[in-house]
Amino acid sequence: MKIKLQRSDKIFEYEVPLNGVTLLEALGYIKENIDSTLAFSSGCRSSVCGSCAVRVNDKEVLACAYKPKDDDLIQPLRNMPILRDLAVDMDRALAFNKIAKAWGLPKEEALHVSGEDAKRNELQSDCILCSACFSACPVYSVNEDFIGPFALTRSLRYVNDIRQKDIKPTIEAIQTNGIYDCTLCNECVPVCPQGIAPKQDIEILRNKSGIMGYLNPNILAGFDDGLNF
Amino acid sequence: MVDVLVIGGGGAGLTAAIHAKKDGANVALVSKTYPTRSQTCMAQGGINAAIGADDSIQSHISDTLKSAQGLADEELVGILCEHGVDAIKWLDKIGVPFSRNKGIAQRKMGGASFVRACYAKDYTGLKILHTLYDQCNAYDINMLSERFLIDLAVIDGKVYGAYLLNIKTSTVELFHAKSVILATGGYAKVYGKHSTNHVGSTADGIAAALRAGAKISNMEFIQFHPTALKKSSILISESARGAGGYLVNSKAERFTDELASRDKVSLAITNEMQKGEEIYLDVRHLSAKFIDEHLPQEKKLADLYENIDLTKQLIPILPAAHYTMGGICVDKNCTTNIQGLYAVGECANHMVHGANRLGGNSLLEIVVFGKIAGEAACAYAKKEMPACKVDKHKDILSQINTNPTVDFYKRRAELAEIFYTHVGVKRNEQGLLEALEYIQALQNELKNMGVKNIKLAYNTELAEFLEFKNLVLTAKTVVLSALRRKESRGAHYREDMPNKDDNFSTDTICYQENDEIKFP
Repeated sequence: MKIKLQRSDKIFEYEVPLNGVTLLEALGYIKENIDSTLAFSSGCRSSVCGSCAVRVNDKEVLACAYKPKDDDLIQPLRNMPILRDLAVDMDRALAFNKIAKAWGLPKEEALHVSGEDAKRNELQSDCILCSACFSACPVYSVNEDFIGPFALTRSLRYVNDIRQKDIKPTIEAIQTNGIYDCTLCNECVPVCPQGIAPKQDIEILRNKSGIMGYLNPNILAGFDDGLNF
Repeated sequence: MVDVLVIGGGGAGLTAAIHAKKDGANVALVSKTYPTRSQTCMAQGGINAAIGADDSIQSHISDTLKSAQGLADEELVGILCEHGVDAIKWLDKIGVPFSRNKGIAQRKMGGASFVRACYAKDYTGLKILHTLYDQCNAYDINMLSERFLIDLAVIDGKVYGAYLLNIKTSTVELFHAKSVILATGGYAKVYGKHSTNHVGSTADGIAAALRAGAKISNMEFIQFHPTALKKSSILISESARGAGGYLVNSKAERFTDELASRDKVSLAITNEMQKGEEIYLDVRHLSAKFIDEHLPQEKKLADLYENIDLTKQLIPILPAAHYTMGGICVDKNCTTNIQGLYAVGECANHMVHGANRLGGNSLLEIVVFGKIAGEAACAYAKKEMPACKVDKHKDILSQINTNPTVDFYKRRAELAEIFYTHVGVKRNEQGLLEALEYIQALQNELKNMGVKNIKLAYNTELAEFLEFKNLVLTAKTVVLSALRRKESRGAHYREDMPNKDDNFSTDTICYQENDEIKFP
């Protein structure tokens, strides 16, 4: 099997004499047998640690859950600095979790959570922070401060949690460079290995924000345009 | 200079960091991978706590002691189980999305007298880890990733910080700290492809602690999970058997109690394999709906790695190294024999698992002892104001051979095979001596190994070489300890001495002095 890897600004071709293996196993073969300078990230090999996301033929996948075919082009994720080859620096992307204030803010007293309550944020809490959605998001080409899909999904996880004492700090944190900067283009949805739909989560957060009295700045901007003619 | 430096970003490290910070310490957390990528995310089954109406803390204690086969400390097992209920309450409070029925959903794990393991689908570890990570953000804890522990800075038996390799730049950084908590995970990756573990379970903290003069114990006790996929050692969770899955041989015969503790089931499988049988896990009789709801990851992984549909086909399995019971000696406050140095989680031996860990007790261990370690390290840092004696960056990189004549990747794979064969589920004197001879030859050969990649930016070959050196040192302690334990107990099974011997109802403790492993 012949696979192509983008390393820095060049494309390299490697012949991997293995069949039916995952892309991650193929990358391991190249590193251990052909070129030990190859860099990529890996961890659990079973799609829960979120380390090994890359792009294959322009689509984000987990290398441990993808079986490569002849002539596949493997590239690093976008919207993040490349450390080397397929390894990217996640620091700035992960910092958006903090900017979004996506965390538990517990009530003093313990609360009974029903099965139905638990379903409200079960899917959002399946996120493995692989950054596939972050890489697929086109907003970063115009706004590099966009809080982005995974951090906003994480916000909804806590906003929808009945144990949360106060959802206002999280809602407030995602008004600027947040829910209204998303173009609802849907690019983040098909690439999620966990079947999460950040775009939908962002729409739900917009509704919740509206109910809480936050205004969509784009609508205000629209009025401004309207008064100009 | 920070009050508390936590090394390791898994569940134990994050919990320790949160509690140290809560108590007022200035905390930094460093990890070689991003925290949410740690081994903890792979724990599927659950976290034990006696919260069920019929269950009791006493029953949890006695199940744990029984499984430990005389090597656990009753007081520490008591601490673990008594704090279990509060640990679950705390996790529930900070937002862990447990599965629910009437209350938090629980399932039965092997060796447990009651339905005791609280779970969140088959993502229990993942969801606990991510929730803890979010709490670290809430507490504004400084988390620095891509930092590999090179060595602890220890002078005269007291810790002053740690030397870390910044993997992004290949520079050595000295972190000054009043106290250091090691939460660096276990050593199952000495078994390489015969381990279910994350690639990072390479004993970095245990090896650094040994080099710094710490005592370690019970290294010979390695838990083999009975059901790893045959080709890849990817784990099929115990919940598959908990839910009624069968173990069968090539003749489709069941040959063991599937819900016995892991040491017994792994041994039964190995015995069967030695008769020439292939072993399979059979879940075909469970409903498709049940599998979709409770074992979705298993279904996906069986398809990906074995090309089978587990609702219709048998799953080929093998035992694989899964959890390492041995580790750095600590007391009930997670204190090591080095002043200011604490250890927690799989890198430590908290004396609660003994000769065989019960499923669901390790997630509990990291939360219960994570809190204790964080609080103890904070209290120590408040009390102690040592003048910092270390200031020089250790120049380790210039000592790395950049013209290696021996390929360490090849040796890493060989070591894994030798360990699986001779230091696996079944052991004997001759095999252990062969393994020891191999390791001694490896140690002599290490000077001829090194890295071909001399670039500074994100040199993962360098990090993997340092991991390999840690594995070799740790492997030696495992074999030497296994040779000394001339009996069979829990996960340590000697074919040549198949019975338990009361003369060995003690811990195997060792330390390093002048490059020699010594047993006091």
